[in-house]
Parts: sequence; structure tokens; C-alpha cells
Amino acid sequence: MAHLEAEFNRLLQLAQAEGSQMGTVRDRIVQTIYREAQDIAEKAVKLKGKAEDVDRMIDNVVTSKIWGYPLMLALLSVVFWLTISGANFPSALLAEFLFGLQDQLTALFQWAGAPDWLHGVLVLGMYRALAWVVSVMLPPMAIFFPLFTFLEDLGYLPRVAFNLDKLFKKAGAHGKQILTMCMGFGCNAAGVIACRIIESPRERLIAILTNNFVPCNGRFPTMIAMAAIFMGLLVSNYNSFTASALVAGVVVLGVSVTLAVSWILSKTLLKGIPSTFTLELPPYRIPKIGSLLIRSVFDRTLFVMMRAVVVAAPAGMVAWILANIQIGGLSILAHLAGWLQGFGCAIGLDGFIVLAFLLGLPANEIVVPILIMSYLAEGAMVELDSIEALRELLVNNGWTWLTALNMMLFSLLHFPCATTLLTIRKETQSLKWTVLAALIPTGIAIAVCFVVAQIVRGLGLF
Amino acid sequence: MSAAEFELTRLPVGKRAEVVRVGSVGSMRNRLLDLGLVPSTVVEAVRKSPAGDPVAYKIRGAVIALRSEESRQITVRSLD
Repeated sequence: MAHLEAEFNRLLQLAQAEGSQMGTVRDRIVQTIYREAQDIAEKAVKLKGKAEDVDRMIDNVVTSKIWGYPLMLALLSVVFWLTISGANFPSALLAEFLFGLQDQLTALFQWAGAPDWLHGVLVLGMYRALAWVVSVMLPPMAIFFPLFTFLEDLGYLPRVAFNLDKLFKKAGAHGKQILTMCMGFGCNAAGVIACRIIESPRERLIAILTNNFVPCNGRFPTMIAMAAIFMGLLVSNYNSFTASALVAGVVVLGVSVTLAVSWILSKTLLKGIPSTFTLELPPYRIPKIGSLLIRSVFDRTLFVMMRAVVVAAPAGMVAWILANIQIGGLSILAHLAGWLQGFGCAIGLDGFIVLAFLLGLPANEIVVPILIMSYLAEGAMVELDSIEALRELLVNNGWTWLTALNMMLFSLLHFPCATTLLTIRKETQSLKWTVLAALIPTGIAIAVCFVVAQIVRGLGLF
Repeated sequence: MSAAEFELTRLPVGKRAEVVRVGSVGSMRNRLLDLGLVPSTVVEAVRKSPAGDPVAYKIRGAVIALRSEESRQITVRSLD
């Protein structure tokens, strides 16, 4: 027995000694592999210095102290401007076409003698929500994603990460997070997928959990409308420039919250999770337009679109049912809003707004249409012709500039849409992080709106 | 042969050096080994970010940016 034990201890020591040697063994293997590879490469590969010189010249400008940041801001502004202004016309066309198709569908249902409720659920509920999401979402994404993919293929985006890394390092995050945030402007679900480019586990989780603080395409129209209404309620005549500045301010606030939350996460929940940083600055390339279009349109635009369609259709149905089933003379929607009224009021909103955000969980695009539907007590989602008509409706329902302001803040900070949450679940493979990805922003949104409402009311502004 | 050894952080832009030792541990060490950053590899400091950190290095034909925390762990010897 005693000699067996001695034998065992001897083997154990041997194994431990081998184990501690493993690190250096691995180093030696890697070193040998690279030496071999280098020898072969020296014999077989001839390098031309030209392309590299051009790259260095471009980088001298793109990452310079003087031009680095202004160039970055200018390029991003151009991308946004092209997206927002370029999407208006095709969005209107698409809406006209899809809502025109709705009349055809209605005619078809009448011809077939279908009952009213069936027409309501399928056409006024489901189809309208779908038409809505597609016409609002598709054009900006079809412009934004190819432009963004162009900058990506060009090799410019890693330079942006290079320029901004120090800022993100201070927040405990990775420079590449700026790229996932830019992607988030197109769609937060796409932004969360983009976090795969961050190889360090801790920084990747930080980027996933905070992507939602960048307002996506589905929330941008809400922000723009709310900014116009806020300015309209605050001063009698305002110009569109101040409303745009307000939207820009909201975006800056979103970025600040992103950095603050990243910093807190890296110091608390994500403390101790390993972190590495390496960032490749690849050679510049002229993008191949064909593959660029295929990737940006099929892999990004249509992929995101399909996911949104899948969740928006049932949401439209539910909203229609809630708005059309009456209990004791009031729709279920109105009952629910009544229950939420106290909470909504405390955070500077009202019951209908909170309910619209909850029903809009599947897709942010349908929040404002649901809200208009509930204020008008109409059976289906509608859009008003002008911002003035919308403002009148809102004021008649007790809105002040505080409501518009808090609506903007809540929209910026609240829980991610269902598509994004599903994507987070898929990317993190963890229910815990998915739940936190919903709870953290919601907590912040409620806290910020509550504080703003209390300050404004405390100052006696209302 | 025994030129002065120093931290990679102190390599001026435009200068080349040879890696002597990689002091990083864990996943960062794996990452650097993946990039071919092993002893005797030649490294050139290419450019600094406008904010001063990170710094881009040319390592085996690729340009890789490293933060000062990482490059401080790497000991090099000057070649120029």
C-alpha cells in the first residue's frame, strides 16, 4: 500500500512538472512554426512596396491629430444625411403602394363575405402593422447598410476604432465598440450581431448590453417628430435647425449613457472577465460593388427586415384585438392604459404612452401609430397627414413639452425591441444577460424620466 | 549583440526592434502568439492614434494596434 502511494505521488509530481512546462513548450512550437513559415515566405514571396506607401499616405491624413476626428464626424454626418433625406421619397412611395394594396385586400374580403372581425384582425391589424414596419424601415436600411458596408470594405472603419480607442478604454470598453454603435443606428439587432468583431469577451458583452442606447432606424422618426413637437410646444415659432440640434443632442446623450454604463459594467458585473486588445489596420481596398450589395442587402437589410416582419405581424394583431374588444363600454386598450396612468404620470408620460411602448416591444416603428390609434379611439393604426395635426391631437390629450421631451428620452433609453432581445439571447447564449439587457435600460429610462418630470414640476413650470 | 533592451511602448514611431520576451499572460498571450509575436520577430512602430494610444505596429506584414498596457509587457531590443 505504502509503495503504491509513493508511486502515485511520484507520478503526480511528474505530471505537475510537465504541466508547468506546457507554457514554454507551446511558445517553442509557435516560434518554430513561425520561423519555418518565415523561411518559406522569404524564398517564395516578392513584396512590392507601392501599395503600402499609398496606405501610409492615406493613414497620415485619416489618423492625424488635425484631420482624424473632423473627417470621421464629416463622413458619419454624410452617411446619416444620405440615409434620412434619401429615405423620405421611397418611404412615401412604398407606404402609398402598400396601403393601396390594403384597399384591394379589403375589397377581396368583402367579396368573399368574410366576417368583420376576420377582416379586422388580418387586414386592419396584421397587414397594416406589416405595411407600416416595411415602409418605415426598408428604405433607410437599404441606404444605410450599403453605405456602411462600403466604408467597412474600404478599410476605413478600423481607423475609426483606432482613433477613438482611448475614449473607450477609459470606459472599460473596446475601440471597436464605436463600429457596433454605428451599426446600431441602422438596427440594434444588427449592431448586436456586429459585436462579434470584438474578440475580447468582456468588451464584447459590454458592447452588446449597451448597443440599445444608440437610437435605431425604428426610433429615429419618433425622435424627429417629438423634437418638432417639443419645440412647437415650447416656443411659438421655431426653425427646423433647432429641432435637428435637439435630435443631435439626444444622440450625444445616448453616446454618453453608453460610455457611462460601459464604465459601470466593467467595474461591477463584468469585473474580472478576461480582456484583450489587438486591432488590425488592414490595407485599404477598393470595394467590389457586387459583393458589397449582396452582403448589405441580403445579409443585413433583408435579414433584419424579415425578423422585424415576423414579430410585427402578431403585434399588429394583438393591438387591433385590444383596441376593438370592449368591456363595459371601454376597449381593453383603454382599461389597460387606465391602470398604467399613475405610473405614466409619475415619469412625465401617461398610461397610453407606456402601453404603446409595451405593445411596441416587437418593433419600435409601431409605437407612435399605436399611440395615435389609442388617442383617436380608432379601430386601427393610422398616421396623421402633418406634424401640426399630430401636435393638435397630442395637446388635446393633455400633452405638454415635458411629455414630448420625456417621450424622446424614454424612446432613447428604454428596453430593446423583441428582435434585438432575441438576437442578444442568440449571441450571448445566456438568459441572464438577455434579461439584464432589458432591465438595465428600462431602469435607466424610468429613473431619468422620473427625475426630469419631478424637476420640471418642482420648478413650477407646470 | 547585447543592444539595450526596453519596453515596446518606448519604441519611437518609424523605428524597428526585435522581440526579446513576451511577458503577457493568459488570453492576451495567446492572442499575441496567434499574431506571430514571438522572440526574434521584427516589429516596427508605424503610427500613434491621435489620442496618443493605441500605437500601430507592423508585425510580419500586418499592421496591428496595441494598447500601452499590452506593449509594456513586451521587451524588445533596438535594430536601428
